[in-house]
Amino acid sequence: MKKFTQHNGIAAPLDRANVDTDMIIPKQFLKSIKRAGFGPNLFDELRYLDEGQPDQDCAGRPLNPDFVLNQPRYAGASVLLARENFGCGSSREHAPWALDDYGFRAVIAPSFADIFYNNCFKNGLLPIILSEAQVDQLFREVAEQEGYQLTVDLERQVVVTPSGAEFAFEVDGFRKHCLLNGLDDIGLTLQHADEIKAYETRRRQEAPWLFDAIHN
Amino acid sequence: MAGKTLYDKLWDAHLVRQNEDGSALIYIDRQILHEVTSPQAFEGLRLAGRKPWRIDTNLATPDHNVPTTARAGGVDQIVDPVSRIQVKTLDANCDDFGIVEFKMNDHRQGIVHVVGPEQGMTLPGSTVVCGDSHTSTHGAFGALAHGIGTSEVEHVLATQCLIAKKMKNMLVRVDGELGAGVTAKDVVLHIIGVIGTAGGTGCAIEFGGSAIRSLSVEGRMTVCNMAIEAGARVGLVAVDDKTIEYFRGRAFAPQGALFDAAAKAWATLVSDADAQFDTVVEIRAEDIKPQVTWGTSPEMVVAVDGTVPNPTRESDPVKADGIRRALQYMGLEADQKITDIQLDRVFIGSCTNSRIEDLRAAAAVVKGRKVAATLKQALVVPGSGLVKSQAEAEGLDQIFIAAGLEWREPGCSMCLAMNPDKLGQGEHCASTSNRNFEGRQGFGGRTHLVSPAMAAAAAIAGHFVDVREMMQQ
Repeated sequence: MKKFTQHNGIAAPLDRANVDTDMIIPKQFLKSIKRAGFGPNLFDELRYLDEGQPDQDCAGRPLNPDFVLNQPRYAGASVLLARENFGCGSSREHAPWALDDYGFRAVIAPSFADIFYNNCFKNGLLPIILSEAQVDQLFREVAEQEGYQLTVDLERQVVVTPSGAEFAFEVDGFRKHCLLNGLDDIGLTLQHADEIKAYETRRRQEAPWLFDAIHN
Repeated sequence: MAGKTLYDKLWDAHLVRQNEDGSALIYIDRQILHEVTSPQAFEGLRLAGRKPWRIDTNLATPDHNVPTTARAGGVDQIVDPVSRIQVKTLDANCDDFGIVEFKMNDHRQGIVHVVGPEQGMTLPGSTVVCGDSHTSTHGAFGALAHGIGTSEVEHVLATQCLIAKKMKNMLVRVDGELGAGVTAKDVVLHIIGVIGTAGGTGCAIEFGGSAIRSLSVEGRMTVCNMAIEAGARVGLVAVDDKTIEYFRGRAFAPQGALFDAAAKAWATLVSDADAQFDTVVEIRAEDIKPQVTWGTSPEMVVAVDGTVPNPTRESDPVKADGIRRALQYMGLEADQKITDIQLDRVFIGSCTNSRIEDLRAAAAVVKGRKVAATLKQALVVPGSGLVKSQAEAEGLDQIFIAAGLEWREPGCSMCLAMNPDKLGQGEHCASTSNRNFEGRQGFGGRTHLVSPAMAAAAAIAGHFVDVREMMQQ
């Protein structure tokens, strides 16, 4: 997995609550059997005026000029500012894949939906929860100052604004460790193979019906 | 010491390893796979040279992309080449790894969350995962079930475990008696309206109370299915005799003496009387009327006799902005009566409402009536091949066809429009599915979530009507 230690980049504000995963990456793009290439279709229905199709070249599509990521001042943004319950809806990991492929490395919001939050960590994308007041402040500052950049320091668990203000955030110790070191979850779990086998032996006694094979 | 909740019991029984930082390894008994969220997981296994840990705990079936029109020609007949490749990729991966798959034309094929319990793959006290957020459905049987991402699908294939953190315990208790024409779907939409689309974030919600106990197991599945629309990955209902009887004779359920032993263990899968919940929400069944969503989030819901909200009466600016945006997308006016919303299409199906009882409820409403001439289409899509056969044996298909509804092959269909069943731009749909997000059922489509009976009534009227009034006619 991709490491995350520290990141500095342009922040882009997406000022709406309950941004769902259908909005982040619409269903027609979920037909891909690959992990990469979702970036051009990130926020497809907000970003373009026409209906996007899989495998289509997006270069010639009509852009929605009102959509924040289409504004020149947010070109190259890599930190997304968002509102409450970001990433609600489906379990599609295509949502963090699309954010990552577009170039985002961190999303800051007052709250996230559980599955999306979890999926981010598997892909080196850092979801950061700050208080509503702090997020409001960042929305105000980014609107006022063109080229506004944020620094995210995972080691110290802080978001640093251009004026040097620091906002601390919480992150689960295990996830932090994996992100800082770019560790593969499966490899880590397989280090406990003996414990998994011991569990199976014990459980087979208690609930043998759970060990009947699914068969044809 | 306080007693345990049902969720506590399920968690404890599956705990392989508890780490000091709060994360844990939990054991997964069953995984269901479909074509959309599995290809990258299989690719990951191959790239790392890993083998599945316990191959015979997995079951696959294609559902999201499959056409629901005649499909005797098999996968090659899928018109959309991207969809066809995805279904073929699932077939190839299952063949390669030796995973049992109900392929598209197998009579047991269907929507993963209908097929799992129907086959007895899901069992009380088991852990069930699937790369689909509506896996919460299976919690209706006292199973710990939730949706996972594709990386986790791969993790479960490779290790039979998930890295997880224990959720909080939330109890939503619905006491009292539901009125005639008020269904499980109305109960869960009402709950989401009360607690909000993030009301259950971080929680496992147990649905309890006399109204939940009085629901059939299929009704409980509808309720748990939409726990995720309230933000909770996990929905649960305590095991009772109805749960246990449901599994008797199912293909993958234990048989004979083993069934009796299992039933004894399953009967303990209830929250202890002195269990402590972090949050308790109490709802009176008598307060619940048939529900209709008017907006672009499941929490944007009112009773059928209500009106579309007015943003000027909302004090929270973010919420008022959300209402304005939703009204614009939905093409509705503030204070408009719900029963004045004219419809273009009706969809009866999805993992929320495509089981036999749903189809019976819809058929009872349309029997002897005709679909409104103003409607472009009314679809009935059974949840599985077995549901379809059962419905046909009961003559439900003929009732639908006589009323002017289309009777289709099983799949996810218009719930998320990955197959050819979709809404056109600006079209309003009365849908028994679970999400009314922008574009969910088709680019620019406008979804209103309702129960099967309400969808059927809307199909007849061409606009929303209170099904309770139609039932009296």
